[in-house]
Amino acid sequence: MADPTLISSFSRALAGGALIGAAATIYWFRAGRVAGVSGVLAGALQPDDADRSTRVWFLVGLLVAGIAAAGISGAAPGPALPVAAVSGLLVGFGARLGGGCTSGHGVCGLGRFSLRSLVAVLTFMATGALTVWAVRHGAPSLGALR
Amino acid sequence: MNRTLAALLSGLLFGVGLVVSGMTDPANVMGFLDVTGNFRPALAGVMGGAVLVHALGLRLGSSRSPVARASLTPRKAEIDGALVLGAAVFGVGWGLGGYCPGPGIVSMGQGSASATVFVLASLVGIFGANVFQRGVTASPSSFRVVSTSTNSAAEAK
Repeated sequence: MADPTLISSFSRALAGGALIGAAATIYWFRAGRVAGVSGVLAGALQPDDADRSTRVWFLVGLLVAGIAAAGISGAAPGPALPVAAVSGLLVGFGARLGGGCTSGHGVCGLGRFSLRSLVAVLTFMATGALTVWAVRHGAPSLGALR
Repeated sequence: MNRTLAALLSGLLFGVGLVVSGMTDPANVMGFLDVTGNFRPALAGVMGGAVLVHALGLRLGSSRSPVARASLTPRKAEIDGALVLGAAVFGVGWGLGGYCPGPGIVSMGQGSASATVFVLASLVGIFGANVFQRGVTASPSSFRVVSTSTNSAAEAK
């Protein structure tokens, strides 16, 4: 842990995480909802959802944060568009089926000490790590996805 | 503070947190997941910081209300096929692109075409899962799909 770059990026991660935890707490107590982004997206898609506007405003907040950040620095490079499309399909499908994503299970669920969420987090960390391994080290033919 | 303002502010704060933490850079995320290669463990701090603050906030915020406190006790843990399969598929997508839904939306705001495609595709994926769940629920099967964790805190109010 003597690496100064690691310490600085870890501190930023911790500080950013604290902001995320605070945001999830405000959303729970003041908007009455779990701040799981995939769940918010799914609810915002349902026209008959009573809390649709609350969810839409949360999403607007996320977007505005991005627009504001763009004024300071541009977006980091993302994956090639076909990879982004496949990845999005899997992420949306999996988060919906599994009842949450990195925020819903990883922040809100673990914050409530939910066993379901712990199982979900361990599962997606494992398959995420396996996928990165397969693409980067395991199967050379998948190198095109990098 | 009304709900609309609270939702907007929490979305904003959440998004700023994602940018500050480094979660909006797919290279960071893939480095975090690359445990056997060029492992970049820093992002463990995001979940650590977020869970710590959220767990404390929930407890402090509900300390005066027994009803709110009771709502913090997780319901009976239903660990079923849908939870594990869904999380597994999610992880594959996360590892492929390095985006999850929150950072995807924030990066879309930063003008990333890749993130925009990701978010639009994830909406299609959500729609697909809704259709799949209806199909599974309609057929008698041990593959049970329980309601998602997008439950409301309304009962805690």
